[in-house]
Amino acid sequence: MREVIMDIVYIVSAIMFILGIKMLQSPKTARRGNLVAASGMLFAICATLVHKDIISYKLIVLGVLVGGVAGVIAALGAKMTQMPQMVALFNGFGGGASALVAMSALYDVALLPEGAPRFWSGFSIGLSVIVGTVTFFGSLVAFAKLQELITEKPISLPAHKLWNLILLLASLSLSVYLATNLDYRFAWVILALSAVLGIMVVSPIGGADMPVAISLLNAYSGLAAAITGFVLNNYGLIITGSLVGSSGIILTKIMADAMNRRFIDILIGNVTIQVDEASFAGVQIKGTVKKTTPEELAILLDSARAVSFVPGYGMAVSQAQFAVRDLAVLLEKEGKEVFFAIHPVAGRMPGHMNVLLAEADVSYDKLKTLEESNSLIGEVDIAFVIGANDVVNPLARDSQNTPISGMPIIEVDRAKTVVVLKRSMKAGFSGVPNPLFYLDNSYMLFGDAKQSIQEVIRAYKEYKGIK
Amino acid sequence: MEAQVITIGLMIFALALLEGLEIISKVPPLLHTPLMSGSNAISGITLVGSIVAAGAGRTLEAEIMGVLAVTFASINVFGGFVVTDRMLRMFKRG
Repeated sequence: MREVIMDIVYIVSAIMFILGIKMLQSPKTARRGNLVAASGMLFAICATLVHKDIISYKLIVLGVLVGGVAGVIAALGAKMTQMPQMVALFNGFGGGASALVAMSALYDVALLPEGAPRFWSGFSIGLSVIVGTVTFFGSLVAFAKLQELITEKPISLPAHKLWNLILLLASLSLSVYLATNLDYRFAWVILALSAVLGIMVVSPIGGADMPVAISLLNAYSGLAAAITGFVLNNYGLIITGSLVGSSGIILTKIMADAMNRRFIDILIGNVTIQVDEASFAGVQIKGTVKKTTPEELAILLDSARAVSFVPGYGMAVSQAQFAVRDLAVLLEKEGKEVFFAIHPVAGRMPGHMNVLLAEADVSYDKLKTLEESNSLIGEVDIAFVIGANDVVNPLARDSQNTPISGMPIIEVDRAKTVVVLKRSMKAGFSGVPNPLFYLDNSYMLFGDAKQSIQEVIRAYKEYKGIK
Repeated sequence: MEAQVITIGLMIFALALLEGLEIISKVPPLLHTPLMSGSNAISGITLVGSIVAAGAGRTLEAEIMGVLAVTFASINVFGGFVVTDRMLRMFKRG
């Protein structure tokens, strides 16, 4: 009877999670949706606390207090530009918790469900330790890269993928062994191998490809929870874990499409493509680079009717989102149409730019998707490219043999005038040169993005005599 | 009977995965970061498993791993929901 009640509790909280995510389909209901999901979690936790097996609450209270306080402090203290690494970090802890629960079941087999066959429990424990540990260590590497504790550049060993395959096969074989013999020593070996695998999976992924890595780790953390659900025969864990897994899978697919990579390549770890410079050495770029000044832009802006902003990671780095908002507000007051064109892989995680602009109080109906932006861009008089490069590179569309060929871009070259805010003429993350900078309708404004935008605001106000 | 534990579990897994793909593909790109951090927080549901492991007190090793798991999962759950709320609060119109 007790078991039945607990099953019902977990199914109710799983339904609350589903409703919560469903409410994320609209920004109007999204915040309430998050609260619904959080209430579902609280319900599940409280019901679990009265579990018949629990004899002492000391350790539980200790863990919840330490973890909860640390989590809340980190969540409240993080800057919006640091969201990618925060999400990576939280994600990793979720995966790590799943692996630890599976491990603890080897030391206390009474945790395993009575009706379940032992081989099934053993194999699930092995899988849970693999996926959970890969998530934990992979996320730590992603965190370190995003926080710039280590280089964002890809790091790989000779025969890197072969080593990954060996590590994975060895861990899987040991899991099969665990299915025949619930010996915790094997689980520790699996844990060690998976830790190395987790580090190896993420280390060859470069900074600009992080949105894919984070989506993939999100999927793994869900899968780890679902597999732990198999270990404990807990339907709530299975449902919830698969929900999160599918969220990660969908985001990974969207990111893969936005970079024109095959989903399957991403899954097996071909995230960052090795750049073969010879492949685009023959690309001939015609035209000259024209520099512009804030004063020139003030005159151009005065005659413009429609203006768009195309942000990239550079906007986050220079914290330019507030200055950009100020410029957008000023131009709207002057009667101009303004929108923001957001590429799915702009920034370091899915939706990164939307969060930054929302932080700067930009109304969300001004934030346009790739498709919406490209249908509007032909009518735009001035498109500002702020710290973005590869996602606006026309070569992706026009050339067959570069690492970014086939990747959908925001076609700013179709705007009447393009203004590129950039620190230098350096190529984008992919290393591919960008012919956009050399187009007749394109002008460069060199310098820090935030300062440049502030200069443009000042120059425009001066030109128009606005206080 | 024993085999049923496996098949029921796998069936629930498959159905939940399909349901997840269905509702999540309708979340607009605008909210992809909160979706990720919110679903992330939800994956901390492992907390319920770790609570039992930490509190059953049958072996010391299971307790140690349990309390570590409770800590990890709590970071994920509390941090994840709070950070998601912080982000969603900012999305305004007009």
